Amino acid sequence: MSLQHTLARPLVVSRAWPFLIDVAVGLCGIALFLGILHLATYWLGTPVPVVPISHSLSALPAYAFYSLGRIAIAYLLSLVFAVSYGYTAAYNPRVEAWMIAALDILQSIPVLSFLPPVVLAMIALVPGHQFGIELGVILLIFTGQVWNLAFSFYSSLKSIPREMLEASRIYRFSAWQRFWQLEMPYAAIGLVWNSIVSVAGGWFALIACEMFTMGDRSFQLPGLGSYLQTATDAGDLKALGTGFAVVILLVVATDQLVWRPLIAWSDKFKFEQVESADRVTSPVLELLKRSALLSSIPGRLWSRVEEPIYERLSHTRSAHVVHPLDEGERKPRISAGYVVLAATVLAVVAWGALQAGLMLRSITLADLRLLLEGAGATFLRVNASLVISAAWTIPVGVAIGFNPKLARIVQPVAQVLASVPATAFFPILLIGLVKIGGGLGIGSIALMLLGTQWYILFNVIAGAMSIPSDLREVATLYHFTRWQRWTRLILPGIFPYLITGMVTASGGAWNASVFAEYTHLKDHTLETIGLGAQIDAATSSGRFPILLMATILISLMVVTMNRLVWRRLYRLAETRYKLEG
Amino acid sequence: MQEAAIPTPNQSPAIEPIIRAEKIEKYYAQPSENRIQVISATDLSIIPGEIVALLGPSGSGKSTMLRMLTGLSTPSAGQVYWHNKPVAEAEINVSIVFQSFALFPWLTVLQNVEAPLQARGVPAEERRARSLKMLDTVGLDGFESAYPKELSGGMRQRVGFARALVVEPEVLFMDEPFSALDVLTAENLRSELLELWANKTMPTKAVFIVTHNIEEAVLLADRIIVLGRNPGHIRTDFKVHLAQPRDRKSEPFTQLVDFIYKVLTKPDVAPAEAPDQTGPKVRDQRQMHYQMLPHARPGGMAGLLELLLDKGGRDDIYRLADDLAFEIDDLLPIVDAAQLLGFLQIEEGDAAITESGTAFANSEILRQKELFRTAALANVLLLRQIRRALETKSDHTVPEDFFLDMLDEQFSEEECLRQMETAVAWGRYAELFDFDSGRRRFILPDAQEEEIAAAEVAK
Repeated sequence: MSLQHTLARPLVVSRAWPFLIDVAVGLCGIALFLGILHLATYWLGTPVPVVPISHSLSALPAYAFYSLGRIAIAYLLSLVFAVSYGYTAAYNPRVEAWMIAALDILQSIPVLSFLPPVVLAMIALVPGHQFGIELGVILLIFTGQVWNLAFSFYSSLKSIPREMLEASRIYRFSAWQRFWQLEMPYAAIGLVWNSIVSVAGGWFALIACEMFTMGDRSFQLPGLGSYLQTATDAGDLKALGTGFAVVILLVVATDQLVWRPLIAWSDKFKFEQVESADRVTSPVLELLKRSALLSSIPGRLWSRVEEPIYERLSHTRSAHVVHPLDEGERKPRISAGYVVLAATVLAVVAWGALQAGLMLRSITLADLRLLLEGAGATFLRVNASLVISAAWTIPVGVAIGFNPKLARIVQPVAQVLASVPATAFFPILLIGLVKIGGGLGIGSIALMLLGTQWYILFNVIAGAMSIPSDLREVATLYHFTRWQRWTRLILPGIFPYLITGMVTASGGAWNASVFAEYTHLKDHTLETIGLGAQIDAATSSGRFPILLMATILISLMVVTMNRLVWRRLYRLAETRYKLEG
Repeated sequence: MQEAAIPTPNQSPAIEPIIRAEKIEKYYAQPSENRIQVISATDLSIIPGEIVALLGPSGSGKSTMLRMLTGLSTPSAGQVYWHNKPVAEAEINVSIVFQSFALFPWLTVLQNVEAPLQARGVPAEERRARSLKMLDTVGLDGFESAYPKELSGGMRQRVGFARALVVEPEVLFMDEPFSALDVLTAENLRSELLELWANKTMPTKAVFIVTHNIEEAVLLADRIIVLGRNPGHIRTDFKVHLAQPRDRKSEPFTQLVDFIYKVLTKPDVAPAEAPDQTGPKVRDQRQMHYQMLPHARPGGMAGLLELLLDKGGRDDIYRLADDLAFEIDDLLPIVDAAQLLGFLQIEEGDAAITESGTAFANSEILRQKELFRTAALANVLLLRQIRRALETKSDHTVPEDFFLDMLDEQFSEEECLRQMETAVAWGRYAELFDFDSGRRRFILPDAQEEEIAAAEVAK
């Protein structure tokens, strides 16, 4: 049989300087290797909790490299965890509801609350190496990234069309083949978009977590976060400015070099029957595709790995029968392993609850009153920031969205701005505020705004763009008043997008409150009343009962808000305000 | 081959069947100890050398039947055997061609066809060679590195066929394979399938096709099984003795189509065997008090009745479907609904308009609504209950959940929602009530609310 590739996708792309690209790709590979080597020697060295931070420009690339390394590792861990967690939840009906509820709660806990247990545990786990402290910080970043990825993967698995599942069963795909040919591709787009949000969350956490005090122990790791923090403490505006510039540079570079190519590439996983006209393009991806090195080697390596696996799997017993899709419903069999596992989990949970209860006993009534007051203040602040964000982003977003040319320019910029960690910009903002006489009360709302408004903005723009032009023409034709236009056309039209943006934003705002309400500036501590401030202060002074109680309160408020407000609005958006195409 | 238009009932064959289903049933357990019966105990076998068509209206469990036969779904009771071995343990060799094609959009045409072979551990070179050969057979030479979304619907289904045939299945299952395609493409693919079958180009020993298109069944099949619904059961099972290629216009062909229409529209007779009385109580949908509302719109009924009136008040259902270019799944619910409301009667495959039907068809819109209201209140229990509840309650509103809970006892969750949707459409048309879809509540329309209030004051 001869291989004829007529009419098919052209196999030969016009190649402009492919050799140069190959060299560049090769150099990148070497750089990566050296970097990892360097990181490894630093990690395996003796632990130095407080690494002195230099404010000279020449130190910045190294710091940037350390920070990036942490984020990259935390992200990879998150991805692996999210995929395994989502997979387990989706295919084990017995634990599914529990796992999803756990995810809901974990998602609501602010990153900083994880700090003491995670860091202490890691230092104890890997004694005698810098790696222990590093791992602690990496895991913190991980907690800022992982939950939405897990949610995304889980919901993708649950929404795979039934006939696709049936096809994979009737053709006797192994779990391995199903994973690579059905589940992973189907979930890819959701994972890519959530990765962008996740890594933004990772930056946010990183800036705040590289340097911290816990009781009488101080930690300061080399990186951009420490750099910015020490610069703030020293009041070194020049260093602060350059540090911030480097952060922006890294975020933009990540967007251009990683996310855009990934989005463009993931377009092929779109589950649609026709090819859509408007697609994200990425010059970097085009360049990479032309690299002969990249286009042939991974594929060949992969099939080396893959072929023996398929070969072996096909001989197993389960590869010879068709597995019914509804087998779970029929067999309520409980294996011994399951009982043991359930008992262990139950015992651990009971023990944890007992310990927590004992710990909480030391909280006085006065403490509790303070905490509740703080909870009220933070609640008001979070919602104030949401209202302010919505108030300016809705008119601006709609104006931009109705102008497609403008939207095409602003949309990616808003996306990048959403990824800039507000914690990096915060010191600059705060110094400015203090100079004009403002306090942290305003400052903390400003920080939440910095983190939240961009999500709402780009969702509103997308919503406005999705309103069909014939509906807008109707509004013009019948001379709708401005009021009618907004209440009858625009607000209902953008509603689902607005809600999506607000949900993401509110999660971000709660998380930000912890950093926003308590901060060091030069030598003194700025603090305002709030739950976030109490979490922060409790961490610094090592008062764990307060930390635990404050975390429970925050988590309780977030989960309740989600259940009572956001989820209902979401359902309303899904049913009533959905513009069906 | 005999030329016989009137079909002979299928005799139990002497040849050993490839797949044999023994008393397979499907039901869904309800929380309240009741069960929703989807398919009642059914025997069925697939023997080598024939194309079997499974026909039936929507809701008769055609697809469920196919999935039980292929091992994708486990029967609630009974057993399916593959060469005398239970399917769950046997190494069964079947393929399914899906209605939605179910191709993987991220794999190229070639990778899609290779995937089942990969699962069977066929080495890379052999896999590629076999796939390319199969693509060649279905006429897709040259498209191997295209992605499915770059192809037309017909081409995509060709990929579906190539993927199904590349594993050389003993039985090829097809679940409404042509219904997502336009008429010409479907016709073309059907004849190519017959050609492959007749020339023995495919090693397949039997073909099992699920369809709701009667003509398609008569064109393709050597044996036709007609399913009835509520719950799904075999109405008739017979051999087709027309020679291939078959001519749609020939007398025997049209007679056979007409015969199937008659079977499908004849009121259900009780099955030969009494339903199983052992075990938890099985609800038989024919004995319960809520009728199953056919999912038809009032506008559709009006249209049908007007057409019928134009034709002198009586016509063959088959011809009506032909005139309207409708398939049975589209037409039968409308006919059923009109029958339920007493607007027409079915006699021997003919639809005859009744007196109230004539009045309905001849009226203008407001009067039509009035007649519809009267007929609906007289004949549809659910609508009567909703209306009565609204009139009795002091605030004249009732939540949807209230009625869903009652329907829940009889219908599956999905069917409950569809019943409710139809009831809402009919009730709104008849101005029996209004429905607030945001709050999911039924409301009495304003004018009537005032009337009732006035009546109460007068008392």
